[in-house]
Amino acid sequence: MRPAFSVIFLTTLIGAGQGLFVALYSAEFGAWLSFWAMPSAQYFSLGCVLVLALLGAGLFASFFHLGRPERAWRSAAMWRNSWLSREVIVLPLFMAAVAAYGLAHHLRGAGDLTLTLGGAGVALALLLFVCTGMIYACLPFLQEWHTPLTVINYLLLGCASGFLLSTAWAAVQAPALLVTAAAWTAGVTLVALVMRGAALVRDASLRPKSTLQTAIGVKHPRIAQKAQGFMGGSFNTRDFFHGKSFAWLRLVKWGFLLLVFPLPLALLAGGAALASWPVLAAAFLLQYLGLLIERWFFFAQARHPQNLYYQAIS
Amino acid sequence: MSKQLALVIDLNVCVGCHACVTSCKEWNTSGAAGFLSDDRPYGRDPTGTFFNRVQTFEVGEFPHTQTVHFPKSCLHCEDPPCVPVCPTGASYKRAEDGIVLVDYDKCIGCKYCSWACPYGARELDEHQKVMKKCTLCVDRIYDEHLPAAERKPACVMACPTSARLFGDVHDAESAVSRAIRDAGGYALMPEWGTHPANHYLPRRKTEITLHRDELERVDNPLKIDGKLPKPDVKAPSLDDSTTW
Repeated sequence: MRPAFSVIFLTTLIGAGQGLFVALYSAEFGAWLSFWAMPSAQYFSLGCVLVLALLGAGLFASFFHLGRPERAWRSAAMWRNSWLSREVIVLPLFMAAVAAYGLAHHLRGAGDLTLTLGGAGVALALLLFVCTGMIYACLPFLQEWHTPLTVINYLLLGCASGFLLSTAWAAVQAPALLVTAAAWTAGVTLVALVMRGAALVRDASLRPKSTLQTAIGVKHPRIAQKAQGFMGGSFNTRDFFHGKSFAWLRLVKWGFLLLVFPLPLALLAGGAALASWPVLAAAFLLQYLGLLIERWFFFAQARHPQNLYYQAIS
Repeated sequence: MSKQLALVIDLNVCVGCHACVTSCKEWNTSGAAGFLSDDRPYGRDPTGTFFNRVQTFEVGEFPHTQTVHFPKSCLHCEDPPCVPVCPTGASYKRAEDGIVLVDYDKCIGCKYCSWACPYGARELDEHQKVMKKCTLCVDRIYDEHLPAAERKPACVMACPTSARLFGDVHDAESAVSRAIRDAGGYALMPEWGTHPANHYLPRRKTEITLHRDELERVDNPLKIDGKLPKPDVKAPSLDDSTTW
C-alpha cells in the first residue's frame, strides 16, 4: 500500500491525544484511591486543552484524505457496519467528553462529576482505539493487518505516546507525580515494544493467500504478466504501491524501532532523573517522529492482492 | 432466489483486442453520471478512469506457452467486501439485480472501498474525486428506448468474438449459467469468500482426433491405395460412351 500522510498524521495525533487523556484520568483515579496526592486543577484542565489540540490536529489532517471533504458529514451514516463510520462518530463524542472533563476540573475541581465524566472519556478513548484499529484489522485480504495485534498496537503505541507526553506534562504541572508517570510510561512502552515485535514476527512468517494463479484462475505454476492494459499509470498503480526498495523498508523498520522504543526510553530516564520537562518533551517529539515512521511502515508493508494484477507494464 | 446479473468471460475466445475497453469508456463517459477522467491521452504519461481493462499473461515456458488475454472489471460479488466498509452508504448492492453500484453524490472519496476490494476493481476519478467502477451499464440494460437486443452492457455489444456473455447467474437455465456449468466456469480469488458473480471460462485445447481409417480405406486388401494405375489418356472415358 502507498502510505497516506493524512491518515498517518490522523492516527498518530489522535493516538497521542487518547493516550494523554487516559494518563490524565489515571492520575485522578490513583489520587482518588489515595495512591498519591491529587494534582492541581490546571494539570487536568490545561491537560485537556492539550488533548483537544492533538485530537483537533488529527481531525484536521483526516480531511486531507477525503476527495470530497465537504461531504464528510455523510460518513456517520453507516455505523451499523463500517468501522470508519464508527470512528467518525466516536472521535467527536470523545472530544466532547474531554472538553466536559476539562471544564468540570476548571470550574469545580476534582470530584464525583470529573470521575464520572473522565470514566466515560476513557471508555470512549478505548473505543476509539478499537474503531481506528479495526478499520485496518477488519480487511481479511490485507493479511498483515488482519490480526488483533493491529488493534492492540494502535492502543499500546497511542498510550505509550500519550503517557510520555503526560510525563513531560507532569514535570511542568505536577512534579510529585513525575516518577510515577515515568514508571508507567516505561511500562506501557515496553509492553508496546513486545506487541509491535510480535506483529513484526507474524508479518515475517506470512504467506500471501492469493497468487497470480488464483488471481486469474490459471493453475500453471509459471505465469508472467505481459501487459496490464495501459502503459501510463492508473489509480491502481499509484495508490497500492509504495515504490520503495526492500532495503529501504528494512531501514525504515529498524529506524522506527530505534526511535519509538530505546531512544525515548533513555531520554525518559534522563528527563525523569533531572526532572527536566524540555528533555521529556524532546523524548515525546523524538518518539512521535518514530511513530510517524512506524505508521508509514505499517501501510507500506501491507501487500494488497490487487497488486498481483499490476506486476508488469509490457 | 433474486436476480444476479453478471458477465461470463470466455478466456478461450478473447483475443485481447480491447474493443470492450474502448466501448465501455465511450458509453460510460457519455452518460448522465458525468465523464470518466482521461488526462493527457496523447501525452507522455496518459492516465484516466476505466471500468474495464484487458491484461495479458503468458502461461508456461517457451516454446510451450499460451497467451491469455484477461479482461478485468468489477465482479459484482455476491458478498461484496467493498460495501459494508463504506462509511456513507454510497457503495451498495442492489437487491433487485445484484449490481454493485456507487452513488457518486454520496461518495466522499475516502478510498476505503478500494482498499477493501481484493481485485482492484475500483478507481478514484481524479477530477470528480469519487470512487468509480463498472455499473454493468445499468443505464443501458433497462433502457426501453433501445431495441431489446441492445439492452446489454456496452462491452458485451462490442466484443467481436462473443467472448463476453451477459445474464442472470441465479437463473439455472440462462445462457450464462449454462456456460458456467458446461464449460467449467470459475470465480477469481475464491479464497476470500467474496463469491464473485462474474465468472471466467477457462482456456480449452481444441483438437481434432483423426483415426487411421478416416485417412485411408479400411477395406483396401492390397494396401496399395493411391498406387492404382491411372487410365490411359487414350482410353475411352465416360463422356465417350454416354450420350447425355
